[in-house]
Amino acid sequence: MNFDFSDDQKMIKEQVRKFLADKCGYAVTRRVLEGKEPYSRDVWKGLVDMGLTGTAIPEEHGGLGLGALELCVIAEELGRVAAAVPFSSSVYLASEAINLFGTDAQKANWLPKLAAGEIIGTLAWAEGTHQPTARNIKTSFAGGKLNGEKLPVPDGSYADIAVVVVSAGGKGISLAIVDLREAGVTRETLTTVDIVRDHARLTFKDAPAELMSDQGNGEAQLARLLDGAAVFFAFEQVGGTEAAMNMARDYAMERFAFGRVIASYQAIKHKLADMYVKLELARSNAYFGAMQLNDQSAELPEAAATARIAATDAYCFAGQENVQVHGGIGYTWEADTQFHYRRSKLLSLTIGSPVNWKNKLVSCLEARNAA
Amino acid sequence: MDFNDTPEEAAYRAKVREWLAANAKPKSDANDNLRLAEVLKRSKAWQATKAEAGYACITWPKEWGGGGGSTIESVIFGQEESKYDAPAGVFAIGLGMCIPTVMAWGSEEHKKRFVKPAVRGDEIWCQLFSEPAGGSDVAGLRTRAEKDGDEWVINGQKVWTSGAHYCDYGIVVVRTDPNVPKHKGLTMFWVDMKSPGIEVRPIKQMSGDSNFNEVFFTDVRVNDDQRLGNVGDGWKVALTTLMNERLAVGGGMGGTSVKDLVEMARSTEMDGMPALQNGSVRERIADWYVQEQGLKLTRYRTLTALSKGQTPGPESSISKIVSAKKMQDLGAFAMDMQDIGGIIRDPEISAENASPQEMWFGAAGYRIAGGTDEILRNIVAERVLGMPGDIRVDKDVPFNQMPRGK
Repeated sequence: MNFDFSDDQKMIKEQVRKFLADKCGYAVTRRVLEGKEPYSRDVWKGLVDMGLTGTAIPEEHGGLGLGALELCVIAEELGRVAAAVPFSSSVYLASEAINLFGTDAQKANWLPKLAAGEIIGTLAWAEGTHQPTARNIKTSFAGGKLNGEKLPVPDGSYADIAVVVVSAGGKGISLAIVDLREAGVTRETLTTVDIVRDHARLTFKDAPAELMSDQGNGEAQLARLLDGAAVFFAFEQVGGTEAAMNMARDYAMERFAFGRVIASYQAIKHKLADMYVKLELARSNAYFGAMQLNDQSAELPEAAATARIAATDAYCFAGQENVQVHGGIGYTWEADTQFHYRRSKLLSLTIGSPVNWKNKLVSCLEARNAA
Repeated sequence: MDFNDTPEEAAYRAKVREWLAANAKPKSDANDNLRLAEVLKRSKAWQATKAEAGYACITWPKEWGGGGGSTIESVIFGQEESKYDAPAGVFAIGLGMCIPTVMAWGSEEHKKRFVKPAVRGDEIWCQLFSEPAGGSDVAGLRTRAEKDGDEWVINGQKVWTSGAHYCDYGIVVVRTDPNVPKHKGLTMFWVDMKSPGIEVRPIKQMSGDSNFNEVFFTDVRVNDDQRLGNVGDGWKVALTTLMNERLAVGGGMGGTSVKDLVEMARSTEMDGMPALQNGSVRERIADWYVQEQGLKLTRYRTLTALSKGQTPGPESSISKIVSAKKMQDLGAFAMDMQDIGGIIRDPEISAENASPQEMWFGAAGYRIAGGTDEILRNIVAERVLGMPGDIRVDKDVPFNQMPRGK
């Protein structure tokens, strides 16, 4: 039985944790919150300098050639500090998509730049206030030109390239790559619940683009991409849950009410115990997701959904109840509780809502039982 | 990451499999409703067979009749043994809690006298702690022992004693000094369950079943050399026992699994279509699957630490908090899916042989037994998260001056 990360992977985790503890405190993230920076540029530069943007990109394309497990430990640490960087968009989504489904030319062109942090990538999938499905995607690709509107697109205000989910003209969906710096692309920054993480509306008007694969294969490719991302995001959520739980615990140990520390009240202790229970369920399920992703297992869809559901439940609970434990001070702008309150909601929806992932999980269980 | 055995573990598993194939009986439905005498006979025979081969109490030293092995070997044996008809339930409390207490606190003479016969299954032990007035607050117990020469005279009542009606011996914690605060006036003894003055009565549970006993002590005389630990140290001794309890109780209770629930939802009609197509049914199936899978994988994390020779983290403390409530909710929901028919508790008529109904009843007790949901949350908060204990208003009050309810 070896259901744990290796010593090397734990070492990477420790390095990232130290770097972020040093350079990415809440005061740094607050500068983004208060509109002084679009994202934490120094933190991003530090991550790039450590080579982390190229973690899972093959060496032949300028990456470190490591795997999913290494990305998972990095994700947990980024989630712990609720970092304001475009790592998830550029690494779990754009780089992974190109590495998995890009043509040789596309890989050679884009992966070295993504690995080196010269450019930031993202995934443009949703088209408004409803679940995007293969049937309702309207953004179209024809004759090398992209037309339509995508929102919300993570890091869309400054990303250099996007993998775009496009309608394949009555044959489902496809993935296309567009250079967002070219003509035909307009961007508008959106107001969202987690303004620490930029989201934008992208409008394409005959924007030059390239398909990543044969038309119509997109649905399975997108599903595979999102399964992987679900695992990486689950680790961010696990890190965030632990941080929110510790923030609540530390505050409860200092705050006095009715003549004693509030941490001595069972109403508070049981809330914290519930956070711990959800955290450990989420961690165990996230580990299994990581294992299936790394092994390229056929069980990945089920494991990824399970990881995502558990992690979403844990982080949303901890994000909310952390504010509650703090009481009035936790509801103020000055308090750092808001970072996890905001981030937990964003991550619960960013690649599809809990309801939809639960539905998907049960479909996997149905298929397995039937087999 | 992988779930594979190390080469040493694989070799041990192969050895265990070979031995079980030669010595254990295959599972059989015919054994479901055996009479108690037959269960005891088979259990004792199997325990003796294991002890002979060093597979009983695998982690205990060989000098005490154990196997001198590691925890991971014990886990591997348990995994393989569970594939056979290998009854071990009647020994769980004795070997899981009582004998470790005897080994920690008994005299050399006690250990020589009791450990090996218990390991071999010749003698069965029970644990006499809970009382009507002391459950979660077990130190509030009232059963008293008064010194009379070299003997102590015990009077009082214990409850929820599993197996008291067939046990040979028990460990009992009693109040020997009511004039000091509650934790300081307790003492632990071992007792012969056949002693004059001990009366065992079954408790009828709210489900109508009887799986536990209450045990009445009327002028039961025990010798002072039956004492485990010093006079007044009973609480310290009891903690040895209770530390082992959560390990023994935490294993879960079976019943309808999420996989079974999926099949039930597929074949049960709800609002004119299979219940499995109903969104709220799907959402709840997903939630329970995530919990079930999360608990299994959390055990794997614990096993990983053991396999590497490390001390496991505190993650296994979540097990009963999650599994007991899930059992109750899942049972209740499986009943809901059958609409008004869900009230029928008859294995001949009810879906899943009435397993949901039994789970729903059983879970009400499981959420209380071996640490209530609330006590277990206190333990996580205090021992895992380092939060302070409750303020104890009875801490410095002599027991006989403590306020008490009816």
